[in-house]
Amino acid sequence: MSGHGEAAQEAGHGGSNRLFLTVWITLVVITLGEVYLAYLHFPAVTMLLMLIGLSVLKAGLIVAYFMHLRFEKFGLFLTLVPATIFCIGMMTVIFPDSLRLLNIRLMH
Amino acid sequence: MTESHSEVVSGAWSGGGSPYAMGSKKLGMWLFIVSDVMTFTALLMAYSYSRLANPDWPRSVFPIWPAIAFSTTMTVVLLASSLTMVMAVAAAHRGARGAAVKWLLATMAGGLIFCGLHVTEWFHLIEEGVRLFENPWGSPLFGATFFGITGLHMTHVFCGVIYLGVIAWGYGSSRFSDEDVEVSGLYWHFVDLVWMFVFPMVYLMSVKY
Repeated sequence: MSGHGEAAQEAGHGGSNRLFLTVWITLVVITLGEVYLAYLHFPAVTMLLMLIGLSVLKAGLIVAYFMHLRFEKFGLFLTLVPATIFCIGMMTVIFPDSLRLLNIRLMH
Repeated sequence: MTESHSEVVSGAWSGGGSPYAMGSKKLGMWLFIVSDVMTFTALLMAYSYSRLANPDWPRSVFPIWPAIAFSTTMTVVLLASSLTMVMAVAAAHRGARGAAVKWLLATMAGGLIFCGLHVTEWFHLIEEGVRLFENPWGSPLFGATFFGITGLHMTHVFCGVIYLGVIAWGYGSSRFSDEDVEVSGLYWHFVDLVWMFVFPMVYLMSVKY
C-alpha cells in the first residue's frame, strides 16, 4: 500500500497495515513466550499470575487494535470495559470456597 | 435553550441520536461480545474452581508432543486468521470488494484449520481414555470441563466460519455493506481473544514435563 493510501486508511478507520502487522508479531512473540514460561518450574500461583498477565496484555492488544476500540469514541470504552471488569471481579469471590472444599476433602 | 435541549433528548430517545457514533449492528455486536465474555469467564472460573477444590485433579496432562505443539500451532493459526480478518475489514472500508472477499476466505480457511487441529487433538485425548465423564488420571470433572470449554469455543469458531461465509457471499454480491464485514470482524476477533485465555489456563497450566 502506498504511503498516501496508508495515511488515509489510518485517518479514516484507525490503524495502518504496518501497525496491525506489528501488533500481530507482538501477539505471536508473547504466545511463544508463554509456552517457554510453561516449561520453567515456577510455583503454580506464580505461573498462573504470569500467564494471566500476559493473556490480559494480548487481549488488550486485540481489543484496542484489531477490534478498533482504541479508535472508537471513549464513551464506548467507558460503557463496556469497567462494567465487564467489575463483573469478572465479582466472579472471583467463589475461590475461597474452593480452598475450603479442598481442605475438607484432604481431611477425609 | 430549554426547547433545544428537549429536542435533543426526544431525538435521542426516538433513535435519532448515535451516542457512540456507530451503527446499531456494531453496537449490538459489542453488547453480544460482552455477554459472551461473561459466559466464557464463568466456564473458566468453574474450571479453576474445580481444579483448586479437587486434590486428584490431573495437573500434568499435556506433553509437548502432540498436545502443546498442536495447541500452540492452533493459537498461531487463529492469530493469523485475525490478521487476515483485519485486512478484510480494511479492504471493505476501501471499497475493494474482491480483495475483501479473498481475505474473508483466507480467514475462513484459518478457522477450518483451527477446527481440524482441535478435533485431532481431541482424538489424542480420547485415545488416552479421557471422556466427558471419565478421566484415567483422576477427577472425572477434568473431562467435562475440558471438553465443555474447548467444545464451546470450537462451536464459536465453526459458527464464525459459517457467518464469514455468509458475509463473504453477501458482500461480494453487494447485498451487504462494509459495516457488515466490520461487525463480523468484531465477532472473529472475540473468538481469537477467548482462546488467548483458554490456551494458557487449560493447556499451559497442565503441561507434562
